[in-house]
Amino acid sequence: MSGDWTGAIDCDFHPRAPSPRVLSRYMDEHWRSAVETRGIDVWQSISYPANSPLTMRPDWREASANADPVKAAQATLDRFGFAHAICNCLFPVQAFRDENLAAAFARAVNDWLAAQWLAKDSRLRASVVLPMQSPARAVEEIERRADDPRFVQVLVLVFGEQPLGKSAYWPVYAAAERYGFSLGIHAGSSYHHAVTGSGWPSYYLEDYAAQASGFHTQLGSLVCEGVFAKFPKLKVVLIESGVTWLPPYLWRLTKFWRGVRSEVPWVDRPPEEIVRDHVRLTTQPYDAPPAGSAGAANIGRLMDQLQSDEMLLFATDFPHWQFDGEEMLPAGLAADLRRKVLIDNPLATYPRLRRPT
Amino acid sequence: MMLDAPLAPEAEANERSQATPRASLAIMDGDMHPAPRSLADLKPYMSACWWEVLATYGSRRRHGMLGYEPYPKSAPRAARRDAWPEDGGPPGSNLDLIRKQYLDHYGIEAAMMGPLGVSGQGELNPDLRSALASAINDWQREHFTRPEPRLRSGIVVPDDDAEASVREIERCAPDPAYAHVFMLTRSLEPAGNRRYWPIYGAAARHGLPVALHVFGASGHPHSGGGWPSYYVEEGAAHCTSCQSVVTSLVIEGVFERFPALKVVLVEGGFAWLAPLAWRLDKLYARLRSEVPHLKRRPSDYIREHVWVTTQPMEEPRERRQLADMMEWIGWDRLIFSSDYPHWDFDDPFRAFPTAVPRDRARQILTANAKAVYRLG
Repeated sequence: MSGDWTGAIDCDFHPRAPSPRVLSRYMDEHWRSAVETRGIDVWQSISYPANSPLTMRPDWREASANADPVKAAQATLDRFGFAHAICNCLFPVQAFRDENLAAAFARAVNDWLAAQWLAKDSRLRASVVLPMQSPARAVEEIERRADDPRFVQVLVLVFGEQPLGKSAYWPVYAAAERYGFSLGIHAGSSYHHAVTGSGWPSYYLEDYAAQASGFHTQLGSLVCEGVFAKFPKLKVVLIESGVTWLPPYLWRLTKFWRGVRSEVPWVDRPPEEIVRDHVRLTTQPYDAPPAGSAGAANIGRLMDQLQSDEMLLFATDFPHWQFDGEEMLPAGLAADLRRKVLIDNPLATYPRLRRPT
Repeated sequence: MMLDAPLAPEAEANERSQATPRASLAIMDGDMHPAPRSLADLKPYMSACWWEVLATYGSRRRHGMLGYEPYPKSAPRAARRDAWPEDGGPPGSNLDLIRKQYLDHYGIEAAMMGPLGVSGQGELNPDLRSALASAINDWQREHFTRPEPRLRSGIVVPDDDAEASVREIERCAPDPAYAHVFMLTRSLEPAGNRRYWPIYGAAARHGLPVALHVFGASGHPHSGGGWPSYYVEEGAAHCTSCQSVVTSLVIEGVFERFPALKVVLVEGGFAWLAPLAWRLDKLYARLRSEVPHLKRRPSDYIREHVWVTTQPMEEPRERRQLADMMEWIGWDRLIFSSDYPHWDFDDPFRAFPTAVPRDRARQILTANAKAVYRLG
């Protein structure tokens, strides 16, 4: 363990969504009745099977088996002295085909987050889960949360309906920008498309590995469709992306753009510059060579590839199993970079974090 | 862009001892695209029945367009403007121009051909698919490799149909004109799916590497994120298809089942491979109970069985970072490719930045391919 975590902002913390029956308490009569009469009683995504080792670190699984989840979270915040943890609730909204059902669940999840998490500890913050099946309903959900400063981000999954740069989604970004929300894109899928460009893989391991390809898609789309030219204040956070895939993709995208930029004349500067200005990444998982004699040197060379000390945001990804022990950041970070990653970069990325609650 | 290229002719000047120094490099090119002058070039190699079907209904693939694709290219046929022959045929169709502009000009000793377009791959009609693949294979051999042995044929397989693919490999493999088996990254199902295993078995049995070239008409967007709008996005995303291929081949156990199999990922660049291997190793450490058929770390399989071609070579601002990536991937795993005659052609003398040591660049230009392709 390399020291002090005091004041750190954990940008990816996962409360586990409750059952539809519990969520239905936050729904109106129509949807409460629909949940009951239609038997919508189990709702889990294959993106994070409950018993998968990746979904919960074994020692945390043991510790949390009988614990109140909020109390367990508070104990973690106390122990390390984190200033905030941003709660990203991943499901259950995105897989529904019915946009009205999705909107009802999104609203209920967000209400549940406010009542069962945010109300119980002043250090907790949350992302607004969006029903992206309908951009109009997503905008309604953003507006509903705009006055609650405990919500600091709007959240979508990396695999959805269409690439996120498409103009159909621009009203969502207009609303996010207007109210100072960043756009969080988290690993996970609506499964409205096959996971890979060649269909469905056989194993969960492949499914998880493929999530990184979705981040390529979304970044390419947001840049090439001109989202950042249209919404210059918008910040995008790639959550649980793996990080080290990014520089090779930017080298490639920038080279292609140089060759064929007449196709997208509104992209008027190199994609790698646009990304450095607008895109941030959480640090877990950090796909890197194993630590060892060359480990720290390798991390240094990989960090240099980002060409910026402002892009990384600290995250534990609790309770997902992305790191062992208590070393929550890649080895060998210089002290000043470490402070930026833990505190300064999150504060700069989430303007709503600075609002009084 | 790459004015600091270590192998540029100027840099070679001190080493010149004869009039044609470039030939002494004996470059091997892992990706060259031949083209028929028109589909009629394939007619002599097809039965009347399937030629008639092709002529009547066209090539029907899972992108829904006849004679074109939904992402308009950046240039006609995505070709270099200077690669159009005077005879009116498309780039890559005229042997004289290919020799003059490419083989002789750069001193290419061997170029691995990969026919794209109407080649049977992704064709919906199963019999037409096989007929076209056989025709394109005979045509390559007769029009290019026979008169010009520096151009090595690729065995195009109708990969949706493993049985027909194996038949095609068995039919072609005895002829040394063929250097590799040629598939596309956007297959109907992930490349490691068991439906394709007979193809890998046949390739390994004949000592032929399997090249998986970007593109293909799977009917799926390049990731689960949906269909992008622009050619620039689709082009940049080919590296994700390459990652899906490597992930699938490794994790589904293809290399465990076929220990002699060699695979080359073509035209997706290469820098993505190192982060992918790190990612897979980490996931394997957590999730190995799901894949008990694997005996080693994913990176071990990759290091032993997977090669990558270099074009389009990534261009970081800090050129040293490209050398870092090459080192992490392994200097012996990289095979130079030009993609002639396409617009994003990499010049063998200018594509490498100076940060890549000259002896390493030479290794990638010449030696590595010899360990992979069947060049006898």
